[in-house]
Amino acid sequence: MFPIVTREEMAQGTVILNEIEAPLIARKAKPGQFVILKANEEGERIPLTMAETNPAKGTITIIYMVVGKSTALFRDLKVGDGYQDVIGPLGRPTHVEKVGTVLCVGGGTGVAVLHPITRAMKEAGNHVICVIGARNKDLLILEEKMKAASNDLRICTDDGSYGHHGFVTDVVKEVLAQTQVQQVVAIGPVPMMKAVCNITKEKNVPTLVSLNPIMIDGTGMCGGCRVSVGGKTKFACVDGPEFDGHLVNFDELNLRLKAYCTEEKQCYDGYCRLAE
Amino acid sequence: MSEKKEKTGRVPMPEQDPNVRKRNFQEVPTGYTPAMAQEEAARCVQCKKPGCVEGCPVSVDIPGFINLVNKGDFTAAIRHIWSMNALPAVCGRVCPQEIQCEGKCILNKKGTPVAIGNLERFCADYEREHGTGALPPTAAATGKRVAVVGSGPSGLTVAGDLIQKGHSVTIMEAFHKPGGVLVYGIPEFRLPKAIVAQEVNFLERLGVEVRCNSVVGRTVSLDELFEQGYDAIYLGVGAGLPSFMNIPGENLIGILSANEYLTRANLMKAYKFPEVDTPIPLGKHVAVLGAGNVAMDSARTAMRLGAESVKIVYRRSRDEMPARAAEIHHAEEEGIEFMLLTNPVRYLGNEAGRLTGMECLKMELGEPDASGRRRPIPIKGSEFQIKCDLVVVAVGSGANPLLTQSTPDLKLNKWGYIQADQETGKTSKRGVWAGGDIVTGAATVILAMGAGRAAANSIHKYLTWGW
Repeated sequence: MFPIVTREEMAQGTVILNEIEAPLIARKAKPGQFVILKANEEGERIPLTMAETNPAKGTITIIYMVVGKSTALFRDLKVGDGYQDVIGPLGRPTHVEKVGTVLCVGGGTGVAVLHPITRAMKEAGNHVICVIGARNKDLLILEEKMKAASNDLRICTDDGSYGHHGFVTDVVKEVLAQTQVQQVVAIGPVPMMKAVCNITKEKNVPTLVSLNPIMIDGTGMCGGCRVSVGGKTKFACVDGPEFDGHLVNFDELNLRLKAYCTEEKQCYDGYCRLAE
Repeated sequence: MSEKKEKTGRVPMPEQDPNVRKRNFQEVPTGYTPAMAQEEAARCVQCKKPGCVEGCPVSVDIPGFINLVNKGDFTAAIRHIWSMNALPAVCGRVCPQEIQCEGKCILNKKGTPVAIGNLERFCADYEREHGTGALPPTAAATGKRVAVVGSGPSGLTVAGDLIQKGHSVTIMEAFHKPGGVLVYGIPEFRLPKAIVAQEVNFLERLGVEVRCNSVVGRTVSLDELFEQGYDAIYLGVGAGLPSFMNIPGENLIGILSANEYLTRANLMKAYKFPEVDTPIPLGKHVAVLGAGNVAMDSARTAMRLGAESVKIVYRRSRDEMPARAAEIHHAEEEGIEFMLLTNPVRYLGNEAGRLTGMECLKMELGEPDASGRRRPIPIKGSEFQIKCDLVVVAVGSGANPLLTQSTPDLKLNKWGYIQADQETGKTSKRGVWAGGDIVTGAATVILAMGAGRAAANSIHKYLTWGW
């Protein structure tokens, strides 16, 4: 078992943080890599990119939104409970080097994945501008941490309850108009990453995205996580999870993420009825 | 049964009725009774120069164990098999006996070889159900440590051999359950998972440590394993990279590699959804591409999940189908259709990105190709479409690069498989052996076990005498 040592609720309980004891993974993990977690014997294998690792303490941290039965099971685990299985670190780490100015764009729980990458980019000597967004002020996560990890943090909310009133793409356009940016990293919901890539493509600024398709083993064996990148099929688990955003077929990815939406709903509804 | 028939015919193993079993996941053949086993064993003529032993990749003394079955000493029979084959319950079920032991049986000239596979299976099952659970003797501890990477057939064989020779053995498995292809690949109705669990448990009782969730190459590297004090490493990680057709529309929803489809069904038990949380696509009209054992397993799984029609789509003809004869026979009995000399050229989908059909070409057989089989050639203008909402691609697999990429001093061949000495399994890296599908490309359980046996002998020599 992999015990949970810290648990936090964020964004009005819709987003959960778990710090998990997994010393072997913590020792090896680098920013951008993911783990696969399984709550119990009957559980699904769920891939999540790590938000933090602490090799000295032997822990890794994941931050996830509750969207279905598996994440609801995760939510219901308390400190002292544990995950039956945690596998990793998987995927290729983010390529971090000093390029000049880096613009990091995060939406929703993508901000959690963006945090270690942002910090690594700054530690590598880059000037890091950060844009993070959420639907409203209460749903925004990791503001303080992102502020510490970057040189310049901008915030957007869809309803204008905090920071810029509008989407992260507005601010991305603004930053690109004012500043010479050498590298963009965009992590969040698929429509957000697609919209950011449309803008940066026009400006010809290299853009890294981190994808989270459906997968089982995470080691290149099942091929469920295939994505089209530059017209070629890639496996997100071993070739990614990060790719050149200008080459990713986001529309295909968005459709493939819905492959099991009927089954997911059936499973979640069953779980919610049990809880009632 | 007439006396004459007893002398000439094989004792058939009772099976579930095809119309019943095609909708359940219980094992198809239900096994011999002791009387049936003795009757079948009596058919063996105890050849002086037994062809069956030559035909067996791990050289089991087949007449020897059959003689013990004939005498009714089933415990002695299983002990005799164990000394040459660590996984008889598995091999009796999944070996292609018709091209190995039974193919070389002298009675095969009359078309009725001794049912060696059935007898092997009987011995293992009898021991499991009636045995004392007594462990075979192990040699005194040598103090040497061996890491076995992968818990499939070859890894389990190496672990079993080396623990009995007194070495300390740790198995590293990437998945959350041990067994490799025996657990994620071969379905419950062909190899019950309780049997695999018991084989693994047997090794654990002998002292083997099994570490799941250990992705060697990611969680830990080979050099780190040496630093941790392991004296030798065996790599039995399997092929593990699914091949696709590389035709238009391949990323539509409803097209899965056989690895994914079977892993969902077998390892994740998705056939019990929503009792378990992992779903599996339920196709009404299913096409399975390929005609090997994996294709048969996929087709028969789809039928059990309630499909209205299941087709095997294969570009060559019946004679070239690589699956075991028993699997093809069982699939046909269960109503699987065979669409032979047919090759898909593109997939058809709807605006939701879901599969709706497939365009295929008719093929004809030309001159033999490099594999010695007649090359399939497309017939011009023969395009036609079939309706399907699920395609399982079972056209083989390649070398998974995850481990080899992170181990640059391991020499690979041009296809990415690990180069290993044929006799010993030694790789280019000191202290590292390899065997099974990651060396040969996708093959059979028994060949992987044979490679494991050879490597275990070589590892033992190394640990005793040096590289």
